[in-house]
This record gives sequence, structure tokens and C-alpha cells, in this order.
Amino acid sequence: MKKIEAFIRPTALDAVREALHETGIVGMSVSEIRGFGRQRGHREVYRGAEYRVDFVPKLKVEVVIPDVSVEDVVGAIIRGAKTGQIGDGKIFVSPVEEAIRIRTEETGDAAL
Amino acid sequence: MRRCCVLGVLVLTLFLSGAAEAQGAADPVNPGDTAFVLISAALVMFMTPGLALFYGGMVRSKNVMSTIMQSFILIGVVSVQWALWGYSLAFGPDKGGLIGGLEWIGLRGVGLDPNPDYAATVPHQAFMIYQAMFAVITPALITGAFAERIRFGGFLLFTVCWATLVYDVVAHWVWGTGGWLRQMGALDFAGGTVVHISSGVSALACAALIGRRRGYGHDQILPHNLTMTVLGAGILWFGWFGFNAGSALSSGRLATSAFVATNTAAAAAALAWMILDWLHKGKPTVLGAASGVVAGLVGITPAAGFVGPMSSIAVGAGASLVCYLAVEIKAKAGYDDSLDAFGIHGVGGTWGALATGLFASKLVNEAGNNGLFFGNPSQLGVQALGVLATAVYSFVVTFILFKIINPIAGMRVEPEDEVTGLDLTQHGERGYNEG
Repeated sequence: MKKIEAFIRPTALDAVREALHETGIVGMSVSEIRGFGRQRGHREVYRGAEYRVDFVPKLKVEVVIPDVSVEDVVGAIIRGAKTGQIGDGKIFVSPVEEAIRIRTEETGDAAL
Repeated sequence: MRRCCVLGVLVLTLFLSGAAEAQGAADPVNPGDTAFVLISAALVMFMTPGLALFYGGMVRSKNVMSTIMQSFILIGVVSVQWALWGYSLAFGPDKGGLIGGLEWIGLRGVGLDPNPDYAATVPHQAFMIYQAMFAVITPALITGAFAERIRFGGFLLFTVCWATLVYDVVAHWVWGTGGWLRQMGALDFAGGTVVHISSGVSALACAALIGRRRGYGHDQILPHNLTMTVLGAGILWFGWFGFNAGSALSSGRLATSAFVATNTAAAAAALAWMILDWLHKGKPTVLGAASGVVAGLVGITPAAGFVGPMSSIAVGAGASLVCYLAVEIKAKAGYDDSLDAFGIHGVGGTWGALATGLFASKLVNEAGNNGLFFGNPSQLGVQALGVLATAVYSFVVTFILFKIINPIAGMRVEPEDEVTGLDLTQHGERGYNEG
């Protein structure tokens, strides 16, 4: 099993959700986060006081999938989130040791 | 059922007032004027919750309730102070031009017959309650200076003392029968000096004495909800019609003229600040437009009943310009007048008082005077003296009050409480909870 964490633009969520749906993914988690990478922040002005805002709002999409689906899922996220501009985000793939469905106590791929 | 009752009362009121007229009784109370003054009082009352939202949006979310409370609770505190002794000190029988006597303490003798010295056609109590709303909002304006770091108990004690020793006294000088500035011919239609200069200059003293917020100039201290601030500015604009037009104390030509001047000045000021923002910082900010509205309303306050519509454009746009500069300079001066109580009310109020000395015209109001641009340069001098006297007195008394109260009540919260936020540490609640 693998965990896919994708940091994407908030505006890309619908496209990513649809693309993931097409791969047969049945569940995902989304959280609102702030951060910065190569896309730097921006300037805000409040009554003449200027602030540099480094952290820009992003979404983090997390899915845990069987090893065989990694290529499909990563491809789907890229399809949904890519604009070609700086700030599209990043995808991280990491191994997951175990998964357990609480209701049935199933484990492994069956719990996904 | 309730609606029926209200309707019944209305009909009865109309009938009774009609009956009084039919009898030809020489009742000096004019129902139209009285209705106007009472509604204006309600409009001015509504400005204080408006100010609470205006200020509340500009602080961080951990201080939103405390900032709102510092305005809101003053409707309670000052209304009671006003009834007990404030009105008597401000408007009671004159003592040497400096203060009103205690004869009207507890509103003794302030009844339902008009007091011709102040408003000949409305019940004395209508005038009193209208003035009460001014007394309420004035100390609320100061709270912008020490937002996000003042202890609630110290704040309450300070405010009661300030309302008594600064507001009531200055109100007497300018508006009280026999008050020395009034005798001298200083023009202040709706309280540019009494309300805005007194609170603005006191705000400067408070900001300097209480010190900057933790992290000021280093951390990002951002407004948490500017939609709230813009709504607040809208409510202030709405209420200000009661503040300025209502100051005519009669419903007619003068009130209309003041209403038009007020709206025109606020509108010109919104445009002026927006354009300054756009040219100087690159973007027309909404907070800037809202700030401009308030600056323009402050600026036109003393002039509202004395200037024509074209002059009011100049007064409003000029207010935005001077306040914009003041806010710019503040960032470099290093004191933390957090929400620009001085920058908008002190500076805008000073501009308004002086501009009244420039643009006032007897063609608009026979009871007023001409300003510099209408052939009477001496009026500008009188206005300047009014500004100076109010500013010096307010600053000095506020300074002394703060120095006395600080060791007793502790004006500033503990550093860890400031980090946690005043909502939790002073009031035991939060403005925003999940779920």
C-alpha cells in the first residue's frame, strides 16, 4: 500500500477529484493548508502598512491505495492539477505498513 | 397583537397631537422636531455598534469580542454616567464658562418641557438623550488606540473618569450655555472638537502610554475580517445622518442642508482615499475606501450645518488627504495607535474644525458665520484656538488620568494574556468556535 499526498492549488480540487474518481478511487481526504515553495508569496497593504505574505493557501489531498494503482493515481492528479505555471504543487508517495477498517476489522488492501 | 398595540399607540399619538393643535394651545413642543430628534438619537446610538464592527474587523480574531465589547458596553456605562451626573456637568447651569453645575444631577429638573437655551421646540429630555448618544460614542472612538492589549477593568475605570473630566468639560466649553468657546464664537456644528479632537488626541496619549502591541513592526498583525469593518463603516455612515443633520435640532432647512453636506463629504472622501491608495500603493483597497468614508464624516462634522455642497466636497476630500498622510507617518513614527483613532479622528477632526473656518458661509446658515473664503479670516483664528484648547486639555488630562489609574488598576494585560488574546483572558469566551 502507498500513501499519496498531493499539494495542489485550491482551484484544482474539482478537476483532481474527477480525475481520481475515473481511476476508481473510492475515498480521499482534503485539508486546507498554507505553505510556500518556489511560488513565493505576495504583498498585502492595510491602510498603508505593507505586509509580505509568504504562506499561500493550498490544499493537501491524501489517498491510500494498493501498490498497483500508484501510476494511475499520480497520473490522474497531474491531469487535474497541472497548469504548467509555478505553484501547481507537488506529489509525495510513501509506503504504508498497514490499513485497518474499524467497522469490520478487515486489514490490508481489503480495508482500503 | 403587539403590532396592533404599536399601531394603536401611533394613532393615539397622532390624535392627541392633532387635538393639542386644534385647541390652539401654545405648546412649544413641535411634534415634527421631536420625532426628528428622537430618531436622530436612535441613529447616533446605532453608530456605536457600527463602530464596534468597524474596529472589530480590524483586530486579530483572538481579540474580536474584547474590541467589540469596549465599544458596546459604553452604551451601558456612559448612558448611566450621563443620567447620573454627566449631563449636568456638560449642559447644567454654567460655572465660569468652564463647566456645568450639579443642579441637574440625576436629571433633576430635566423634564418634558423644552429648554430654550438648547432646543426650543423639543422636550428637554429629548435633547438630553440625543446628547447622551454623543457622550457614548466619543470614548468608544478612543478604544482603537489601545485595542488588543488593555485590561478590561482598567479600561472601564479610565472611561468613566475620561467621560467625566474630559468629555463633559469640553462639551460644556463648546455647547453649554455660557461655555467659553461658545461665547467666543467657535463653530462646531455636530462635535468635531467635542467628539473627534478630544477622543483622537486622547487616543494618541493612550497609545503612547500603553506601548505597542507585542510583535508590532515585526510579526504580521493583520485584520481578521474586513467585511465586518466595511459593514461597520456603512452603519457609521448611516448613523452619521442623525449625528450631523440631527444637530440642527429641528426638522427643516438646516437639517436638510447638513444631511446633504454630510453625504457629499463622505462620498468625496471615499473616492479621494481610494484614488490615493491606487496612485500610491498600486491597488484601490476596500479598507482604504472605508477609512476614507469615516475620515470624510469626521471632517464634515463641525462644518455640516455651515457649508454648502461644493464646499463639502473639498472638506471631505481634504479630510482623506490629511488622514492618509497621518496614517502613513504613523508607520514611521513608531507609536502603535492600533486602529488609527488619532490618525482619523484627531487629524480629521482638526482638519474639519479648521476647514469650517475656511468654508463656513452665512448664506448656508444665518446663525453661523463666514469663514476665510467668505471674507472673514478671523473665524479661522477662533477655530484654531478651539482646536488648540481642546487638544491640549484632552492630552494633558488623559495623560494624568492614565498615570493615576495605571498603578491602581493596571491598564495593560500580562504578556502571556496578550499572546492568548483578550477574548479568552478578559471575557472567558471566543468570537469564533468550531462546529
